[in-house]
Amino acid sequence: MSDISLGTSVAGIPEAAPRQPPALTTGPVAWVRANLFSSWLNTALTLVLAYFIVRYAIGFVDWAFVNAIWSVPNNQTQACRALKASATPGACWAVVTEKHRFILFGTYPYEEHWRPALVCVLFTALYIVSGMRRFWRKELALVWIATLVVIGILMWGGILGLSYVPQERWGGLPITLILATFGLAFAFPLSILVALGRRSSMPAVRVLCVAYVELIRGVPLISLLFMASVMFPLFLPEGINIDKLLRAQVAITLFAGAYLAEVVRGGLQALPKGQYEAADALGLSYWYKTGFIILPQALRLVIPPLVNTFIGFFKDTSLVLIIGIFDLLTAGKTAVVEPAWQGFGVEVYLAISVIYFCYCFAMSRYSQNLEAELNRHRGR
Amino acid sequence: MSQTSTDPRHFRAPPKRQLRLSWADERVRAIVWQVVIVGIVAGVIWWLVRNTQHNLEVRRIATGFGFLQREAGLPIGEHLIEYTPASTYFRALSVGVLNTLKVALIGIVLATILGTLVGIARLSKNWLLAKIAAVYVEVIRDIPLLLQLLFWYTMLQGLPAPRQAMNPVTGVFLSNRGLRLPFLDWQVAHSWALLAFVAGLFGTWLTARALRRKQMADGKPRPLWPAALGLIIGLPLVVWLAGGAPTAVDWPALRGFNFQGGFTISPEYFALLIGLTTYTAGFIAEIVRAGILSVSQGQWEAAQALGLRPGVVLRQVVLPQALRVIVPPMTSQYLNLTKNSSLAVAIGYQDIVSIANTTLNQTGQAIEGIAIIMAVYLTISLSISFSMNWYNNRIALVER
Repeated sequence: MSDISLGTSVAGIPEAAPRQPPALTTGPVAWVRANLFSSWLNTALTLVLAYFIVRYAIGFVDWAFVNAIWSVPNNQTQACRALKASATPGACWAVVTEKHRFILFGTYPYEEHWRPALVCVLFTALYIVSGMRRFWRKELALVWIATLVVIGILMWGGILGLSYVPQERWGGLPITLILATFGLAFAFPLSILVALGRRSSMPAVRVLCVAYVELIRGVPLISLLFMASVMFPLFLPEGINIDKLLRAQVAITLFAGAYLAEVVRGGLQALPKGQYEAADALGLSYWYKTGFIILPQALRLVIPPLVNTFIGFFKDTSLVLIIGIFDLLTAGKTAVVEPAWQGFGVEVYLAISVIYFCYCFAMSRYSQNLEAELNRHRGR
Repeated sequence: MSQTSTDPRHFRAPPKRQLRLSWADERVRAIVWQVVIVGIVAGVIWWLVRNTQHNLEVRRIATGFGFLQREAGLPIGEHLIEYTPASTYFRALSVGVLNTLKVALIGIVLATILGTLVGIARLSKNWLLAKIAAVYVEVIRDIPLLLQLLFWYTMLQGLPAPRQAMNPVTGVFLSNRGLRLPFLDWQVAHSWALLAFVAGLFGTWLTARALRRKQMADGKPRPLWPAALGLIIGLPLVVWLAGGAPTAVDWPALRGFNFQGGFTISPEYFALLIGLTTYTAGFIAEIVRAGILSVSQGQWEAAQALGLRPGVVLRQVVLPQALRVIVPPMTSQYLNLTKNSSLAVAIGYQDIVSIANTTLNQTGQAIEGIAIIMAVYLTISLSISFSMNWYNNRIALVER
């Protein structure tokens, strides 16, 4: 090699023109070129979108932070109204600062607000603990029962030196969490029974389960809530009266049960037939077969869709607004009814959206991670 | 799979076994259990019905649907059919059903368009576009629909009064009384032209079928567009010209405190439509994305290797396979949108739930009112599921 001097043409072959170095394939510049400016069309799209993002982001930051008013002295909202009508409008977060206790806890006695606050913390801790796979064992059921009892004691009081608070005065976030958690805790076992019933070999049981699921899924939740609020009192014998919250809870449970049953049925159907036949061949009874062979596998298959159903169901608890139960959304809507604060609904709704978003987003991220984790054995 | 086996031995029925009257016999147990369960359910229902009858007697509420013929006396802002407060309850409820259908149908169309666009945008090679679509989907799906509806309604109510209405384009006014658009001064000729348009669509469909059959026979493709152009655009145009070609437009104008003339979209309807559309579009986007991703890259490559043009690849190879994944979950989204339209009651749009609720408050006929709501939604849900199942069966994979 060394005796061929570089740069001289060999045997009359003309010297090649100097070539461009290859385009960058790594690093931020290459990334930007590949993902934002790969073609004329893409470049134009990026520029247009960037323009709109910058423009609206500046407008939003101005409205939400720069021009915003964060607090006003004792309900004097003139400053807020002036700001709203001015050329540089801003948010009046004072409504949230002023009313946040009311929005979160409703009409619960003011000095006792630490109790519903603690209840919210307990509920959230319960969700987090239930989500960790290392705690998935039988003792978890006991933890649930214990926590729910503590929550009941905190909300009602009347013992251990806590003053009694009637249920009519509960409100805000605890109500939303109670409706969602208790609804879920009762709907889930119900849904398993219904799903099993729908796949049962007994025709009468199958017909009943199909009728229940299809009837509930065919009508909106609102009609069930109306039914709970106006028809339940007619159904019960004279003199027996169950309160509104419990009636709504029953309606939500029945509603969630039907939707969850369809998800569970999906898991039962996805299980290979061999599992059923093997259990039969071992001579296991129906309940042994179901409890030890079928359900543990079928439920594991449907955990991600189950969590998605839970999210939908958590959001749906807000519908109790329509029958006048004081949940988080109703509290927010009521907060801006007062004349001094009328017209500041947008700020309140944004604040409430953030709370709902935090819970739902956490659940949906969790479900995605769980799905990836449970499917890991399938990947290569 | 043993079910698809053609072994004749599998068709033979198992030998009949004598039924033994013993708890050890599985079939006896099954019968006993069913009798017990049906007995319990029937007992509970009977108990509820008896309580209800007793309670109704005590409260002196007459049952039955006789109240439907009485005068309703409730004002309804938006009605597609003739309605005055002097009309009957039946008429009022019909108006409610039509209002529900109006928002559900338009919502389904708009949500499908928006959802498909967002779903495709999320798969875009442009990072910025894909991220915007992803953020939209995450945010919109994690906030309750009712909250979004209240938010939109509050936003619309925060708009300026009619006197200071926003006027982005000549003739279009946006104020806290809703959106006002100029609209054709409706004449008989317009109705006929609309009819001709529908007939043209039907005719095009028939022509497309006939052309396809001919292509199947001799393999020669024939263009559809001349017939389509003539039938869909030409025919209505001719009818409209024959009707005297009326072109008068009804322009909205400010008179007193509100606008007169033109076509109105009320703030309630507008908020409900925006809310339902954007919310459902978030879910549809995910369905569309999953559907497109489900078609493997090999299908694109194989179709291109056959020398098919990109448009044909998309229409004849990729879409039919993606639709198979998309249609079943899309059906449930359409059903959800229809059921979610019942949230109208929270922002004062008078759909069937809102009107039936007022009816049951005025007459005390709670059971009938709720029965009507449920019957209406069951009917709508079942019709949507039937038509979507029919479509699904048409596009489903044909297997042996």
